[in-house]
Amino acid sequence: MHEEIIHTENKPKEKQNYVMLDLGKSPEFGLPAFKQVVKRSLNGELFVGLWVTLREMAKTLFMGGKHTTKYPMEKLPISPRYRAIHNMLRLLESGHYRCIGCGLCEKICISNCIAMDTRYDENQRKEVSEYTINFGRCIYCGYCAEVCPELAIVHGGRYETASEQRASFSLFDDMLTPIDMLKQQQEFQGFGSVSPNADAAIKKTPLAY
Amino acid sequence: MDALVIGTIIKVVLVLLIVSALAGFGTYIERKVLAFMQRRLGPTHVGPFGLLQIAADGIKLFTKEDIIPQHANKFIFSLAPVITAATAFIALSAVPLFPTFVIPESLPLIGGAIVPSVIADVNIGILFVLGMMAAGLYGPLLAGMAQANKWGILGSARTAVQFLSYEVVTGLSVLAPIMLVGSLSLIDFNSAQAGGIGSWIIWQQPVAFVLFLIAGFAETNRTPFDLLEHEAEIISGYVTEYSGLRWGMFFIGEYSNMFTVSILAAVIFCGGYGDLGFIPGSLALLLKVVFFFFLMLWVRASWPHIRPDQLMWLCWKVLMPLAVVNIVITGIVVMI
Repeated sequence: MHEEIIHTENKPKEKQNYVMLDLGKSPEFGLPAFKQVVKRSLNGELFVGLWVTLREMAKTLFMGGKHTTKYPMEKLPISPRYRAIHNMLRLLESGHYRCIGCGLCEKICISNCIAMDTRYDENQRKEVSEYTINFGRCIYCGYCAEVCPELAIVHGGRYETASEQRASFSLFDDMLTPIDMLKQQQEFQGFGSVSPNADAAIKKTPLAY
Repeated sequence: MDALVIGTIIKVVLVLLIVSALAGFGTYIERKVLAFMQRRLGPTHVGPFGLLQIAADGIKLFTKEDIIPQHANKFIFSLAPVITAATAFIALSAVPLFPTFVIPESLPLIGGAIVPSVIADVNIGILFVLGMMAAGLYGPLLAGMAQANKWGILGSARTAVQFLSYEVVTGLSVLAPIMLVGSLSLIDFNSAQAGGIGSWIIWQQPVAFVLFLIAGFAETNRTPFDLLEHEAEIISGYVTEYSGLRWGMFFIGEYSNMFTVSILAAVIFCGGYGDLGFIPGSLALLLKVVFFFFLMLWVRASWPHIRPDQLMWLCWKVLMPLAVVNIVITGIVVMI
């Protein structure tokens, strides 16, 4: 066993403990080889293996230690930073959609997948007449959500995107929060927000870089 | 005479049906046990606790398209799975499956008939069973050679090497108990150990028991000796080109062999169907067989494969000398 200090320019000095397995030289002939065979055969390592699997089986059966998530029935929570199918948010008071038709998202979109058209309504306010996102092209980079001045377009958590028609996702009304779900509308924390359990989820990385 | 023939036919049909069903159930148990040992769930969706998975698999196997490769020898290709399944079932005919019992008088037609514990009590029982299991070697061997596939050839070569080598160890390891009992009939083995746990042969022949178990694992193609169809090396070995029902017959044969080896280990070394305290004999035999079957699954979940050269090394340099020494010592003790 020897210790090694790794020096890097911009990383703190890390001390790493590499353990060298001292297996020695394996005897090949005669009595020493025979002794090694007997020693290795009779020291019961095989039973350690048996014990481990039996212990895991007992844990699984009686202590609820199963790792399986039954996916379509059970789902793991995803991070609020997850960038899946977009959501269009509404104003909480009036229920009107937040989009002001500025067109920034269309401009910044690097895969050119947002297409929008606007017009003036009877009150001379700008309203969105067409708004589609081509999810065949979208790379889910999140620039549209980042650039939006009104927090109107954000990324949602809808990652199950198998569908019979592309139109199931890509229209403005499909992405818009349903008016009866307005109370449950989650405020977007901002692009790059941390998940609520971020502190608990921090683990020491196995390798010190 | 007629009654004997009819009774034998009934027993044959019952054993065939029950063991085929058990072979299917064995796959379910194997998948469940392996899953639990790896902290998974195993089959859960088909039926309660996934129990009907066996039926689903069966339907799938039976309705699959039957493919025979273009350059394969069609006759031998279709014959090979039959050999495996048939020899596995024939071996079961000389193995005791339950204590001898009398059908109650109250039943019509067959009331009062004595049902012997074994289908055919041949006086060379052990030799017959081991011989049949050895003849099962021809299934994988012919299958691999008939299918015009290099993985199949490699698999059948490994089969021949492994089965022939471990045949020696199996034979030599049961030779010592045979010398103690003085008979080849499995019924005599059972009655020799009728005196409870203390009279089990395992206490007099622990080395032979371990050797027999190891050789049994090798002959039923179980981990750590499942080199015949080692996926990482030779795709699927001798079953590479097989699918559907033919593949299923290999599978049934393999699982029947596992049951046969479990029953043999229980009968030769662990008292067979003798009563065990308050546990009746039939249940005792069942428990022992279940334990040995579980042991095979347990070992599969725990231990890695070994290399073919290590397999040969283990057989010829360790197990066979041990078996011979065991026989010599047993012989000296028996003479004294």
